[in-house]
Amino acid sequence: MTTATDIWVLGDYRNYFQSRVTLQILARATHLAASTGGKVCAVVFGHGMDEYVGEYIAHGAEKVYVVDDPALKTYAVETYSFLMTRLVEKFKPATLLVGATRFGQEIAPRVAKQLKTGLTADCIDLEIDPKGRLVQIAPSFGGNLIARIITPHKRPQMATIRPGTFQELVHDGTAKGQIIRLALPTDMPTEKIRCISSEYKPSKAKGIEKADIVITGGRGMGSKGKFKKLFELAALMNGEVGATRPVVYANWIGHDALVGQAGKAIKPKILFAFGISGAIQHTAAIADADFIVAINKNPNATMMRMADVAIVADANQVCSGIIRAIKENIRD
Amino acid sequence: MKMFKILVCIKQVPMVSELPWDSKTGTLKRELAQGMMDPSSRRALEAGLQIKETRAELGEKTQIIVLSMGPPMAMEILYQAKSLGADKGILLSDRAMAGADTFLTSFILARFIKKEVPDVDLVLCGSQTSDSETGQVGPQLAEELSIPAIGYAADIQLQGQMVRVHRHVDDFFEVLEMDLPGLVTIDQAAYTPRYAAFGGVQDAFETADIIQVDARRLGLDENFNAVKDSPTRIVDVYSPTTRKENRVLKGTAKAVVDQLFEDYGKIISSAMGKDLKGQGEKI
Ligand SMILES: Cc1cc2nc3c(=O)[nH]c(=O)nc-3n(C[C@H](O)[C@H](O)[C@H](O)COP(=O)(O)OP(=O)(O)OC[C@H]3O[C@@H](n4cnc5c(N)ncnc54)[C@H](O)[C@@H]3O)c2cc1C
Ligand SMILES: Cc1cc2nc3c(=O)[nH]c(=O)nc-3n(C[C@H](O)[C@H](O)[C@H](O)COP(=O)(O)OP(=O)(O)OC[C@H]3O[C@@H](n4cnc5c(N)ncnc54)[C@H](O)[C@@H]3O)c2cc1C
Repeated sequence: MTTATDIWVLGDYRNYFQSRVTLQILARATHLAASTGGKVCAVVFGHGMDEYVGEYIAHGAEKVYVVDDPALKTYAVETYSFLMTRLVEKFKPATLLVGATRFGQEIAPRVAKQLKTGLTADCIDLEIDPKGRLVQIAPSFGGNLIARIITPHKRPQMATIRPGTFQELVHDGTAKGQIIRLALPTDMPTEKIRCISSEYKPSKAKGIEKADIVITGGRGMGSKGKFKKLFELAALMNGEVGATRPVVYANWIGHDALVGQAGKAIKPKILFAFGISGAIQHTAAIADADFIVAINKNPNATMMRMADVAIVADANQVCSGIIRAIKENIRD
Repeated sequence: MKMFKILVCIKQVPMVSELPWDSKTGTLKRELAQGMMDPSSRRALEAGLQIKETRAELGEKTQIIVLSMGPPMAMEILYQAKSLGADKGILLSDRAMAGADTFLTSFILARFIKKEVPDVDLVLCGSQTSDSETGQVGPQLAEELSIPAIGYAADIQLQGQMVRVHRHVDDFFEVLEMDLPGLVTIDQAAYTPRYAAFGGVQDAFETADIIQVDARRLGLDENFNAVKDSPTRIVDVYSPTTRKENRVLKGTAKAVVDQLFEDYGKIISSAMGKDLKGQGEKI
């Protein structure tokens, strides 16, 4: 094995303003390279992406490999993974990091397979061990377990990184980076996936799966009329409303709002759970919530034991109380 | 008319969130946890069943084969799949396969498919399991089989030997097509699974259509060892150290709400992206 040390980051710019994951990974790569040596490099495929190349340099990339060709205009998983593999084989980086966007999670496993190396999914931290190896730290079981994973023998060491994990470096317009432009190989495979349409619709309403605040209600809210209070609270907090299965079955809210095994998984910064007992089919989908406030008359409900703050009180009264408190205190 | 073959990959996962794991090897003591069919695999199976039903209405035949790699107890999910409408089930099970990472899991699954179902038309996978949740097996399996793949399908329309897929990824709404054979992974919110009648599960036990295959029958090298041969290695597994404080608040609604904002107002306002007056003070 050559003593490769460079750290590569795949430039994922398609959704640039919504997702700055590439910049976040570059920041961490800079930190890692301080102990492993080697250069921090970005790799970008597409057509007309000079503005992103500049951004990557301003955010820590010392080198940017660019393949710019009209044929690469739209993201295409087979084409992009072929190119990535080709570049890695040519330049032999020690590490290849990819943002865990859906695009990244689709392309990285293909590249890892082609390169016959390992891949750790959706890392929430990266470290270097005393032997200089990349320690890839990834959650599993809905955040209930954290695994530390290494790739002892194969190179590059590959990982996808959860967006929002690292803080991007401050934009440095004076930073200098080397830009290496490469021509499209002549033996490109034909893309087998035909894109009929691709429409960019950045979601304003985040949807329950992406919302930072989710307010869930269960049977303990009492009735459809009382359940409506949760919508008022959600609107005030910029949040979304979710529900348990009995509530959805009773038609207090649509099926889209179902949280759980038969519905959606959520990962808000705060979850307010009103009148929910905490059955496993429900709680399996809320394990990634950062902070849980549960409101229940029964202090022994599972939901209450899982919560950061367990409020033993009537769900409707507490909901009204929070609405009042926010209305009185909000600053616009 | 030619039988249309759908192969659905399904995995058994532990039912509980509190898991027994071996801190030395970093692998799960799966035999200690009760198993269930991974929810994302169930969605893949549901997609297969719906395609079969649609085709049946047109008088066209479809065979659904479910394939799983796992310990012997994973047979249960094959019976369950059979009771839901799958035609055939195969469990790849061998001590030598235990501890495979996604690189080797996809290798082993592909090995069986290439050997026993080389004429498969459509391979379906979940997009992410509920236990190790990597989402890597589908794409890597497609790579092993040298077939195209589309991830995160919200809807699949079969049109002859081609599929058209609608999906919503990273704020893009896309319509994609590929010729078959191909692989599709099903989005976490699509194809809400049906439930099996209990009687169905019982009947399924009577069948000979579910078989177990070991490493030797798969033609794996006798030195094959999934733990050793996996390119990734789990160093250790631990529970997140930031244990919840589980603070209990009691009293009148007004008192508990005041207390909530006094102690947690900062967390609430930062998640809201709005300032609240008197943060950290009584409001
Ligand atoms: C195969 C299967 C799949 C399932 N999938 C899902 C799923 O995806 N999502 C899901 O949510 N469920 C699912 N379920 C159902 C699940 O098992 C539970 O039945 C459900 O989550 C319970 O909903 P709940 O908490 O609203 O109701 P309950 O369990 O009835 O709990 C109501 C709670 O409200 C409290 N309460 C009552 N009155 C008040 C009051 N005035 N103030 C405060 N608290 C009060 C009670 O103490 C109780 O804890 C599934 C079940 C099965 C079998
Ligand atoms: C704590 C922990 C962390 C792990 N992290 C990683 C990691 O980062 N990288 C890595 O390479 N391995 C990892 N592994 C190993 C991984 O669990 C196995 O490779 C597993 O067989 C498949 O991974 P998955 O459950 O994430 O599948 P996913 O890729 O999430 O599964 C998607 C779909 O693939 C199909 N599928 C997956 N597994 C099977 C199966 N056994 N049989 C049939 N179909 C299947 C199903 O359709 C499923 O819905 C980890 C294991 C543990 C215990």
